[in-house]
Amino acid sequence: MTMPFYVAPEQVMKDRAEYAQKGIARGRSLIATVFAEGVLIVAENPSRSLHKISEIYDRIAFAGVGKYNEYDQLRVAGVRHADTKGFAFSREDVDARSLANLYAQYLGNVFTHEMKPLEVEILVAELGTNGKPDQLYHIAYEGTITDEDRYAVLGGDAETISERVGADWRGDRDLAEAVRAAVRALAGPERTLGPGDLEVAALSRANGRRTFRRVTDGELTEILSGSSVPPPDAAQTSRATRSGRTTRSAGGGAGGDAAHDRAATADGLTPPTTGPRPPTG
Amino acid sequence: MALPLFPPTEDPGPDFSRLLRGSGDLAAPPAGDLALSVRHATTVVALRFADGIVMAGDRRATEGHAIAHRAMEKVFPADRFSAVAIAGAAGFAVEMVRLFQTQLEHYEKVEGVTLSLEGKANQLAQMVRQQLPLAMQGLAVVPLFAGYDTGRGAGRIFSYDVTGGHYEEPDYQATGSGGRDARTTVKLGFREGLSRAEAVELAIQALYEAADEDSGTGGPDVVRGIYPTVAVVTAEGYTEVPEEEVADRFRALIDRKRIERDAAGSVPGGGEPA
Repeated sequence: MTMPFYVAPEQVMKDRAEYAQKGIARGRSLIATVFAEGVLIVAENPSRSLHKISEIYDRIAFAGVGKYNEYDQLRVAGVRHADTKGFAFSREDVDARSLANLYAQYLGNVFTHEMKPLEVEILVAELGTNGKPDQLYHIAYEGTITDEDRYAVLGGDAETISERVGADWRGDRDLAEAVRAAVRALAGPERTLGPGDLEVAALSRANGRRTFRRVTDGELTEILSGSSVPPPDAAQTSRATRSGRTTRSAGGGAGGDAAHDRAATADGLTPPTTGPRPPTG
Repeated sequence: MALPLFPPTEDPGPDFSRLLRGSGDLAAPPAGDLALSVRHATTVVALRFADGIVMAGDRRATEGHAIAHRAMEKVFPADRFSAVAIAGAAGFAVEMVRLFQTQLEHYEKVEGVTLSLEGKANQLAQMVRQQLPLAMQGLAVVPLFAGYDTGRGAGRIFSYDVTGGHYEEPDYQATGSGGRDARTTVKLGFREGLSRAEAVELAIQALYEAADEDSGTGGPDVVRGIYPTVAVVTAEGYTEVPEEEVADRFRALIDRKRIERDAAGSVPGGGEPA
């Protein structure tokens, strides 16, 4: 009996996409968001040594979700590309856009030509210089590249989390506030995430030449247990919004936050929007 | 530029020079006899003190007997906790520093951890050894490496020879054409547990004496306001001593010297008192 060898290209692509999506959906998500000092990346990652977020160059960070060996290979290639370019030309000639394009080309190529697509979704974040805005390049498993200048969510549950981030996103948060907001969005109403479940790093304008910095466990514990007292300058502009948030984490510990988050589900999970929203952008 | 991906069996790992050689971006040393006059860089000194190390270098580059550059930097941060200073053929030396800096950062990013201070010293030794063919042609590069060992909580100094041999120095070292004079000065003033200020002062004195004896070493250039570079590496990392502080210390040193000579009744022009 002979088997038909023809498979429609649509079917091939669909199968591959499904395969990659399944692989990515198994992993946990991560959020990258612009904040007052630069770009913050928060990932759900219980491992202390197998990083999802890493430094590529002075102002460029990398983050990946999905299969570790696959995105780590891409990360190392990125470091090599950036270091070679910086050595051959100058440090300021290394930019995220060209690297993101290379990644997109490679992922697209593998998706169409190889047996198995890469089960990864990656993010290249760049801290803006000389008045240029911070930039987030989100590259999907099949090479689709999207650029964001506010926030990006990668991973299995991206759509739901993205809604949660978008609902109360502000670009003027300080580090602690931005971390707390990202952790709330990652955890959702049902769960609590402690410092042990998270990997947090930032590209911060305050860090000198190499802007990448990991937020250590100790700092993270402090941030997550601290009360979210708003900075004095922003307090007047959004008192109503702010007071809502303060109550939510007034419980102190992470457990208290979860309880408040659960309570918040009743009104559809969105944070209180009674007051005027602060300007965003 | 292509995305540098390698099959696992050909992966260069965290070795940046190997990556460059593979891509053809690292120039091979020139072969044959080189009868060129090239810029040479000259006195650098490093010494240990209570909290870490001080490293200092003059600013003069010479081509034969002529001064090629008056404000060359010879002391560089290698990474956050170490400093490297160079003596020898300037072009190759500066390129070696750039490669070394990139290598340390590259290793840190690829591997996710920093190299140990000894690992960094070894890495630099390999780079010096690769220059050996050039050294045979008279284009030697001899660096001096020092840093704060975060594991031991102390400053450490490594000196090199042209063959890539490297030796840990217990307290201080100097290299370059004025190295001998600088070393003697530090030797006389060194003691265990110097403070930062004392160590910086001693390094400045060493450079002054070296410039006094060696034509290839630049002294303080009061007219143009060019002073030697002095850097300090401690548990807080690499910091350059502000130029005003260096200038003030040199001015004070020159004043002291003048007063001493006047008191001894010296005649102008360097003659000894009768």
